[in-house]
Formats: sequence, structure tokens, C-alpha cells
Amino acid sequence: MNVITQLLPSKSISYAVRTAAAACALLVLGACGASGAADTRSDANSTATQSSSSPAQERTLTVFAAASLQKPFEEIAESFEKAHPGVTVRFSFGGSSGLVAQLQEGAPADVLATANEPTMAKAVADSLVVETPTPFVSNTLQIVVPADNPAGIATLTDLTRADAKVVLCAPAVPCGAAANSVEKSAGIDIKPVSEEQSVTDVLGKVRSGEADAGLVYVTDVAGANTSSTGAEVKGIDFPEAKSAINIYPIAALKSAKDAGLADEFVAAITGADGQKVLRDAGFAAP
Amino acid sequence: MIPRWLLLPAGLGALLVAVPIVAMALTVDWANFGALVTSDASTDALLLSLRTAAVSTLLCLLLGIPLAAVLARSSGAATTALRSLVLLPLVIPPVVGGIALLQAFGRRGVLGSTLEVLGLEIAFSTTAVVIAQTFVAMPFLVLSVEGALRTAGTRFEEVAATLGARPGTVFRRITVPLVLPGLASGTILAFARCLGEFGATITFAGSLQGTTRTLPLEIYLQRESDPRAAVALSLVLVAVAVLIIGLTRGRRDSLAEGTA
Repeated sequence: MNVITQLLPSKSISYAVRTAAAACALLVLGACGASGAADTRSDANSTATQSSSSPAQERTLTVFAAASLQKPFEEIAESFEKAHPGVTVRFSFGGSSGLVAQLQEGAPADVLATANEPTMAKAVADSLVVETPTPFVSNTLQIVVPADNPAGIATLTDLTRADAKVVLCAPAVPCGAAANSVEKSAGIDIKPVSEEQSVTDVLGKVRSGEADAGLVYVTDVAGANTSSTGAEVKGIDFPEAKSAINIYPIAALKSAKDAGLADEFVAAITGADGQKVLRDAGFAAP
Repeated sequence: MIPRWLLLPAGLGALLVAVPIVAMALTVDWANFGALVTSDASTDALLLSLRTAAVSTLLCLLLGIPLAAVLARSSGAATTALRSLVLLPLVIPPVVGGIALLQAFGRRGVLGSTLEVLGLEIAFSTTAVVIAQTFVAMPFLVLSVEGALRTAGTRFEEVAATLGARPGTVFRRITVPLVLPGLASGTILAFARCLGEFGATITFAGSLQGTTRTLPLEIYLQRESDPRAAVALSLVLVAVAVLIIGLTRGRRDSLAEGTA
């Protein structure tokens, strides 16, 4: 299969070949009645083998990280790649619980960074991580409204108004859990018009003006108002946010192909340079 | 008679579909299956899915049959352009459809403010779910019915007309009964597509239990918190799909006749 993919110029053909290989594996599986889970893993591993077919130090580091970390992590990864020639950092950004679920199903990754500690605890309980996870930043909730604030939201209690269309994260996702504890400590009950899958979905609904307000992280508001986009949304601080500060932990994974490299990436995040990038993105110390 | 070597890729193709479905059935937590699929959130999602899919299918019929009739009984560049337009939702990713619907019917969309003045709030409502489903499912109905109409031809209609029947009567008494098999299979396909709708719904309508969170959205959410429930609910959707295929199979002969 390696020979075939090297001979064929187009990358898409190699995907077709891999799919066919997976289908062939099905035949074998069908014959011996084994479970299908192992198959996807070996197929994904073959990707790495192919990219490192030349004997040079071509290495790939796969990082699973919470969606809110996307911008600072990509920036840190860029300097990490410069400092480690031959290393390519690949990211999978998404809802933390979804990422852990993928790892539990055997997705190959080297480093995991989640948006809260309970989600990381699930990975620890499943013995997916190598050592005790390191807390590296914290994040607080902020009310987000469209730049023109059509519903005139000013306080957390305003979110309970019947005429305000409020969007929250679903309670199963970290930002939804944080929103829940904020509601509890404030003694209010927000009736959202939609419970989104991830914090970026909440931001998107507010940014497009579909919703009047939402609860997102401080860093999401900062990330939405970059120099290129201008002020698209407005963040409003509220005192009750203190009751739901999310601590972000990071850990190297047992499935890491190159444990040393995974540890080095964790060190780059917790080190001074990485911390500076994260502070600039709005994150606070853990 | 087919060449024997065809059997290998054919078998592989069948396995590619069969193995994941069987794997899902094998890994489902049967001991707790009942509890997993009858939770409040699950039943709300299933009922919402069935309700919205039924309404959307009805809308597909109301709008799709006339569209199919126009397409089947005309020709030329305009017809070709109209057909391409109507079939567009079939080939664009559902999430793109959702974004397009948002630009049209969203609160800040082209029509959104007008609709709001009229007192029609579409954002985050069950109406949005129905619009999304109708948008993605209508091409299935139009394709089936247009095919059936073209195959049936115009001979009987012409005879009826020469005997003095008005166009309305011809349509009701001749055209519709002639394409009934194609209409039935198109309806079933459209209903199935409505049930499975995910991308346009989550983009355009949002996700709230009992209002906009249909079964596929519930499965996607459960995957985050309780993967066992996600597998169990997926199996429910598979069962519904199998039922639908069963219904279509019963009409396979007439289907082949209708779309040949």
C-alpha cells in the first residue's frame, strides 16, 4: 500500500486506497468475527507511517484541545515547530467532552488539553493520561451581546427577561456546566432558546444577531473582536462569574507515539513564552 | 450473467455498510436499552422528529408535486435551469443549506425583519426545523414524481382532454393516479431524509429539548455526555430506517415501473 500511494501523485487517491484497505480489513474481520474498533486505529496509524516514510526526523504531534484554545495554541505550535525542525503539530479542536469520548474510543493523539477539570478527570479515570494533568490557565464567563446590544442587556438577571433570546451551552459541555453554576449561585433560572454543542456555536449565534445574548468565555469575546474583524460583539462582566472559574488542565497521553515530544509540547504551553501568548488571548493564571 | 470477479468488490461494498451497523447492534447496552431510549430527552426528541418530519413531508407534497408537474410537462433552457435549482439542496452540504436559510429567514436575514413585523418569529422555533427539513427533502420527492410523470407520458391526459375534461380534472383523475407508485416512493424517501436531517437544523434552528432538538441532534449531544445512550438512540433511528426500506420494498415492482 505504501508503494502504491508513493507512486500516485494525488493525495485524494491515497484516501481512496486507504478506504479500500479499510474495506479489505472488513473482510478479514468478517471472517474471524473480531471487533471493528482496532481497525480504525491501525488505519489512522498508517497515515503517520506514510508521512515519515523518509528516514529523516519527520515527526507528527497530534494535540486534542478545547475549542477555546484554538488561536493561542496555533500560535504556540508555530514557534514550537520552528524550535523543533521536522516536527509537525496537528490539532483537533472541539468540545472537550467530545474529544475525551474520541480518545476513549481509541483515537490516536499525543496531548490533551480540556476546558475544565471534570472532563480531564474522565480521561484520568480511563487511564488515558501519563501523569497528573497540569493546570495551565483559567477562564471566566462573560455575557456576550451583539455590538449594538439590541435587547439592552446589562446584568446577568437581564438574561431571564422573556423578550431576550438567550443562547447557552448544553449542560453536558463544560461551558454549559459553568453557566449552570453561575445560575445557581445567582439564584436565577435562564430559559435559553437554544442549548448549543460548544461555546463557539453560542458565540456564532450571537455574532450573527440570531440571539440577543449568550454566556461565553472572556477569551471568546476577545478572539471575536480581532483587529481584522473589528468590534462584532460586546462582552459584559458580571460579579457572579467568580463562582464558575474554569481551570484548564493539560496532559501527555499514554497513546503518544513519542512521549518525549509530547512532554516537550506540554512544557511549551506551561512555560513562560506559551503563558504569554495565552495571557494575550485573555486567559488568566490557573 | 455477471463476471464472477465482480462478486469480490460487491461483497466488500455490502460489508462496508453491514459491519458498522452490526457493530453498533453488538455494542449497544441491551440491559439498559429501555431506560436509555425512554428518557424524557429521548422521547421528546423522537416525538419532535416524527412530528416535524410528518409536517415537512406534507409540505414537500404540496410544493413538490406541482413543481414536478411543471418540470415534466415543459422543456427548454428555463426548465433545465429550474430543475437544477430545485435539485440544488441534494448536492450542497446540509450545513451550507442551513447557512443559506439563516441569511434568508434569520432575524438579520433578507426576509427576517419583514417576517418579524408580520409577527412570524422563525429563529429558534419548530418552524425553523420544518423549513430546514422541507428544504433538504423536497428534491427527493420532485425527482421521483417527475420521473414517474415522464414515464407515464401524456397519452391518457390527451385522451381525457379530448373527451372534455378540464385541466384540473385531468390532473386529479388521470395524472396523479398514474404516478401514484412514484409518488409513494418519493414520499417515503422525503420522510426518511427529514428524519435524518442534522446539518441544516443545527445551523439554522438551534438545539432545545422539545422545540428544535430532533433525534439526530439529541444523538450528537448524548455522544458528549452518555455515549451508550447515543448508540441506543442511533439503533432506534436505524430501526425506523429499516421500517421505511421495508415499506419501499413492498412497492419495488411498481417503483421500478414508475421510474424506469
